[in-house]
Amino acid sequence: MHPLTHLQRLEAESIHIFREVVAECENPVMLYSIGKDSSVMLHLAVKAFYPAPLPFRLLHVDTTWKFREMISFRDQLTKQLGLDLIVHINQDGIAQGVGPFSHGSAVHTDVMKTQGLRQALNHYGFDAAFGGARRDEEKSRAKERIISFRSAAHRWDPKRQRPELWSCYNTRINKGESLRVFPLSNWTELDIWQYIHQQNIPIVPLYLAAKRPVVRRNGTLIMVDDERMPLEPGETPEMLNVRFRTLGCYPLTGAVESNAATLPEVIQEMLLARNSEREGRVIDHDSSGSMEKKKQEGYF
Amino acid sequence: MSHSSDLIGSDILGYLRAHEHKSLLRFITCGSVDDGKSTLIGRLLYESKLVYEDQLAALEADSKKVGTQGDNLDFALLVDGLAAEREQGITIDVAYRFFSTERRKFIVADTPGHEQYTRNMVTGASTADLAVILLDARKGVLTQTRRHSYIVSLLGIRHVVVAVNKMDMVEWSQERFDQIVAEYHSFAAQIGLHGITCIPMSALCGENITSHSAVMPWYTGPSLMEHLETVVVEQDNQAKPFRLPVQWVNRPNQDFRGFAGMIASGRIAPGDRLRALPSGHEAILSRIVTHDGDLPQAVAGQSVTLTLDREIDVSRGDVLVAAAQPASVADQFQATLIWMHEQPLLAGRPYLLKVGARTVTATLSAPRHKINVNTLEKLPARQLELNEIGVCNLNLDRSIAFDPYADNRETGGFILIDRLSNDTVGAGLLQFALRRADNIHWQALDVNKRSRSTLKHQRACVLWFTGLSGSGKSTIANLVEKRLHANGRHTYLLDGDNVRHGLNKDLGFTDADRVENIRRVAEVSRLMVDAGLLTLVSFISPFRAERQLARDLLGDGEFFEVFIDTPLAEAERRDPKGLYRKARAGELKHFTGIDSPYEAPENPEIRIDTTELSAELAAERIIALLHDKGVFDSDDDSALAAL
Repeated sequence: MHPLTHLQRLEAESIHIFREVVAECENPVMLYSIGKDSSVMLHLAVKAFYPAPLPFRLLHVDTTWKFREMISFRDQLTKQLGLDLIVHINQDGIAQGVGPFSHGSAVHTDVMKTQGLRQALNHYGFDAAFGGARRDEEKSRAKERIISFRSAAHRWDPKRQRPELWSCYNTRINKGESLRVFPLSNWTELDIWQYIHQQNIPIVPLYLAAKRPVVRRNGTLIMVDDERMPLEPGETPEMLNVRFRTLGCYPLTGAVESNAATLPEVIQEMLLARNSEREGRVIDHDSSGSMEKKKQEGYF
Repeated sequence: MSHSSDLIGSDILGYLRAHEHKSLLRFITCGSVDDGKSTLIGRLLYESKLVYEDQLAALEADSKKVGTQGDNLDFALLVDGLAAEREQGITIDVAYRFFSTERRKFIVADTPGHEQYTRNMVTGASTADLAVILLDARKGVLTQTRRHSYIVSLLGIRHVVVAVNKMDMVEWSQERFDQIVAEYHSFAAQIGLHGITCIPMSALCGENITSHSAVMPWYTGPSLMEHLETVVVEQDNQAKPFRLPVQWVNRPNQDFRGFAGMIASGRIAPGDRLRALPSGHEAILSRIVTHDGDLPQAVAGQSVTLTLDREIDVSRGDVLVAAAQPASVADQFQATLIWMHEQPLLAGRPYLLKVGARTVTATLSAPRHKINVNTLEKLPARQLELNEIGVCNLNLDRSIAFDPYADNRETGGFILIDRLSNDTVGAGLLQFALRRADNIHWQALDVNKRSRSTLKHQRACVLWFTGLSGSGKSTIANLVEKRLHANGRHTYLLDGDNVRHGLNKDLGFTDADRVENIRRVAEVSRLMVDAGLLTLVSFISPFRAERQLARDLLGDGEFFEVFIDTPLAEAERRDPKGLYRKARAGELKHFTGIDSPYEAPENPEIRIDTTELSAELAAERIIALLHDKGVFDSDDDSALAAL
């Protein structure tokens, strides 16, 4: 007997999902968000199609407010691996000057991320988009399908989601409809970190603690990543040892104080931590069940 | 519990190493809110320290606001999902939860227990290795317990935990527990459910959940968590014959051709003999290719890429199986269906059927019966409605490789897809293949093959000439027919080229078309035999499987495989139609012997080596064979001598 470990089984399942969608869909794309989950997803995709190169392109919907280190990491990695990356920016949003400080987190996320994603999917005619979401992230995601059906208007309708039995997936769609595919559905945050550690997968250094300039707002530590960050009267950035548990737009991503400068130390802190991963995301605090509303509107 | 391990603080690297070897268990919880199911799952998450302080704060607030436990934490609120459901106080879909301990990671499929959610429970059960069936100690074995157990058994789950919950409400009574266990066992025996472990517990009080309960010292078995951590499930799939549904052919360049997929069952190592189904071609496994290097072996549950020692035709949807223990191939089945859509099942309407990586068109018969999931009675039915379970016959447009669901979930379970909406409308469990004759009833005719043959003083049969293009098949077949005809025999010659001008003019030369080409000719030759004729078939017919198909259509002694054995070099030298020249020049694709395989017969009735025999001598030999096999009435012996 040769029992597989939990990471081996999760890896095999994710690879199976990648292959199934690539075999059945005409024009798939991977939504690459630069975060740790995207890093794992990319690593799994490379494994799924080895020795062939990746049979799809990567898409990054850039809100123009990502941490600078994320962008340099993205550009370096795609160059190194020879990946075909599309960077899409919602130019309408740029023209209107939409940003998190001027318009608030909800409008900024809706215009630059949700609408930006729809624009790109429509423009390139992608019929399936791989995303790195996991079921353990948030309550409403516990019921999300691995292959999630979206109407031609990119809406998520709970009634049209398909039952998923065994490892038999229904990827059939009519013209204009599309799929969101979540190969990491059954991974937990701990699984992700363990796998990154085991496989030595490169991640953005922001996940590791270092001295960074931050300000404290409503109990959240926000990093002053560039000069666009308006400081309130009397506010001066302080240099603190911080790291990030999730990465997104820097004004919307809270840092945690930490001395964990290596991956094992990060995992150690996570295991001893008393707060959940999404706590640092400003978006979740809006209202109870807000993730579900966003999903219906087409946010990932 | 895992996340309280001392190692985390003192030796994180040691902790990580230890946790790399954890296994995975998927289980389903069956029961209703009343049985304390959400409380149990919430408790498991809480006890494994997977509830963070911010979630705990929200839980405390919610418990006071909408909880049912007074000032105590209402663990059920931890696992609530969509906002609408939360308001109704019930869960209406399959939710997946995760927790882990020192030894295992767990994936819990949390499904509602009401009858109107049978579809959800079936979905959750399909991927589970184990089922936890909850019941209320006060109420014992209820109708819903029977329904849950039946579905668990139907979906092939081999490990069952009966969680006798709310023991606190029956004063931790051993007598009550024993009563329930006895009742459950007698029911389980009726539906053939085995591997049952009964545990008395209280999810609310946390008794027998993670550690042995002090308030029930009479119970000496494992706590729920101990059992979940130690139950052995891995051997279930690895011990079965090797199966790999091919998902994707990996062909990055001319030198590499790999077949990618997840191993559904069994194990494999280079050197193993594999068969591709439904084609039947065989090859030896050369390499198990992964990004981390070649593997010396692989087992069920791994996603791999296989390369073979020779070029055989394998495409997405085919199944690679152990040659010594192959799966079956058929196009008609009896299956159990679970209907999952508001639109009822329509007999006679074609649906798409997906099994493994293959999608075919399936037509369903009216249900033979449906099953009352509460009483397990078989009831007559004309259609199946949402959440109903029934047994139907299926007719596919092409053959598939399969195993009975009871033997293998991945190669015996399928989904049905509506061709217009693309919705998944049903799930099915293949039971067994139907033989053609069981399904399509032949008209019984008074004048039959025998009477027609007798009138012609012959025993009807097929002479099946197979060989490379230019091997001499048509020349020899033509000679044989001329001689038979001259002697008053009733014959017909089906020639490959001629049939392709008419009956099969819609077919090309892809493998699929070649198979269909031969299938049609085999069926026509069967009709001709039925008409009493000596039927000569002259087709390249490169694949063993299709020649076998033709043989299987006919009775014993009615099929003579005539192998016109001409080496490729010789056939190419003759090149009577100039086809080899065109194929070599790239003007003809899929040309047998050049870029499409020819599988020589293994046991032909007669083999003609055209490098040794002239066409005339070959014809004589073949007619002599027919004579030996008693194809001609015996009083014609003298006539035969004159041939």
